[in-house]
Amino acid sequence: MEYFLQQLINGVTLGSIYGLIAIGYTMVYGIIGMINFAHGDIFMIGSFTALILIVLLGVTAAMPVAMLVMALVLVLVLAMAFTAVWGWAVERVAYRPLRGSFRLAPLITAIGASIALQNFVQISQGARNKPLQPLISGNFKLTDGGPDGSALIVQLSYVQITIIVVTLLLMAGFTLLINRTSLGRAQRACEQDRKMAALLGVNVDRTISLTFVMGAALAAVAGVMFLLYYGVIDFYIGFLAGVKAFTAAVLGGIGSLPGAMLGGLLIGLIETFWSGYFSVEYKDVAAFSILAIVLIFMPEGLLGKPEVEKV
Amino acid sequence: MSHWDNNPVLKVEHLTMRFGGLTAVGDLSFNVGRGDITALIGPNGAGKTTVFNCITGFYKPTEGRLVMHRSGGEKHLLERLPDFKISANAKVARTFQNIRLFGGMTILENLMVAQHNPLMVASNWTIGGVLGLGGFKRKEAEAVERAKYWLELTGLIDRADKAAADLSYGDQRRLEIARAMCTGPELLCLDEPAAGLNPKESLELNTLLSTIRREHDTSILLIEHDMSVVMEISDHVVVLDYGVKISDGTPDFVKNDPHVIAAYLGVDDDEVDDVEEEVGL
Repeated sequence: MEYFLQQLINGVTLGSIYGLIAIGYTMVYGIIGMINFAHGDIFMIGSFTALILIVLLGVTAAMPVAMLVMALVLVLVLAMAFTAVWGWAVERVAYRPLRGSFRLAPLITAIGASIALQNFVQISQGARNKPLQPLISGNFKLTDGGPDGSALIVQLSYVQITIIVVTLLLMAGFTLLINRTSLGRAQRACEQDRKMAALLGVNVDRTISLTFVMGAALAAVAGVMFLLYYGVIDFYIGFLAGVKAFTAAVLGGIGSLPGAMLGGLLIGLIETFWSGYFSVEYKDVAAFSILAIVLIFMPEGLLGKPEVEKV
Repeated sequence: MSHWDNNPVLKVEHLTMRFGGLTAVGDLSFNVGRGDITALIGPNGAGKTTVFNCITGFYKPTEGRLVMHRSGGEKHLLERLPDFKISANAKVARTFQNIRLFGGMTILENLMVAQHNPLMVASNWTIGGVLGLGGFKRKEAEAVERAKYWLELTGLIDRADKAAADLSYGDQRRLEIARAMCTGPELLCLDEPAAGLNPKESLELNTLLSTIRREHDTSILLIEHDMSVVMEISDHVVVLDYGVKISDGTPDFVKNDPHVIAAYLGVDDDEVDDVEEEVGL
């Protein structure tokens, strides 16, 4: 029981990170119908930006708690802003010139952009792992180890709480943005009929750019959380995290925002539980197998809307 | 000199549109008078929708100019504007022959998208919108009021929260007009607004168009096949055939123009009288 609870906590934490990245995939797919394969690398850039900022600002665990919190918030905001610029630039350089071209063209440039970003970071930052001393330490003990002290102590670390809380806040804010604001409405309109939206005065190019900016900002948050959680990053982390988040988006129903969040959570849980109860080596196989099985029975994903042709 | 030449809202000057070797519209010039209902008519394939597509930025004309005269005095060359500015700056709105609503959004949301630009400014480019600041809430409420006004006028107010795709054909047509009007246009282009409507709906459409013209500073340019609609509500009729203007004037003038009758009915000039009687013109 204690073991299960611990895996659940770990799974939700990992799932939050996947969910944040998956939102970027699903939004971009929704609005322009392409898979932004460079999105995982945008996440990686977010992570590196945060690491560089932490070093530059001299943030250490030895700081007073209030200062540390403020510094981390500052790092988060700056990393989001900086990564958003990268997201915007990738769209501007690699995708916008090809809008209206055949469908495979932006897919190829997406893969190109992904490789370019990876190599850029590899060359500019070096290929070796970058470690970070844990900044947020300490945890809550949820169980006491039983009467004889032999049972597992379930721990909920402060980092995990931070990740889950920040993710929940952002997702709530984001849902509000999409459902309540004029920009969100314009995005949903562009999803359905870009040309018509333009004829109603919506600046479609800007709306698409803003979608990339938002996706990149969320990926940056995921990058910062990843850095704080694992404490080690390299130029290649974007690939696997990106594939997993993409899987999450497809599992939840690509194009659906709650679907991406749910899919992220599920992929995180599947991976963690498989590693916990079966074998760590096959955790990716497990995640992808479940995706395959779900797609056989629900081709549109868990929360995706089936395409209904009205006659 | 007719009044549409004195005070035009849109001047179409030497408009030519070629697709490869095909000239869909050839050297077409006409004026749309401010405050008028102008009808663009002609047999199938005459190039009417092509003219609309040039006006609303779907096509870049091969030759010619499209000058929009805003009531404030500013002029816009429509063929040079990027597509979203045709609505945002030049204040031209249009509807489609095959309806293009945002089917997955509610009726109200369809009308709110049409008011995107003022709302975007009011929401401080979305930041205020997420935080629910006062300025945005007030503007949003105003936008909802405007939407409600148009829903009342089109009789869709009871169904404001239904998905647009679930409406009947006639209701979708009216919603499209309501949505176009929510952009606050000075020129409203309607592509066959009466197509597929039953006689009762057709009558309601006439009333709606007259209201728009009377109570809003909006001039209307419409393509229509239904002659009862054209002759009853329009002030000015332009007739196209094979991309060329063959007649231009008041409904009475056009109705009696032998060119028009010949083109429309595909008969020789000497048979015109018989056919006219048959169709009740």
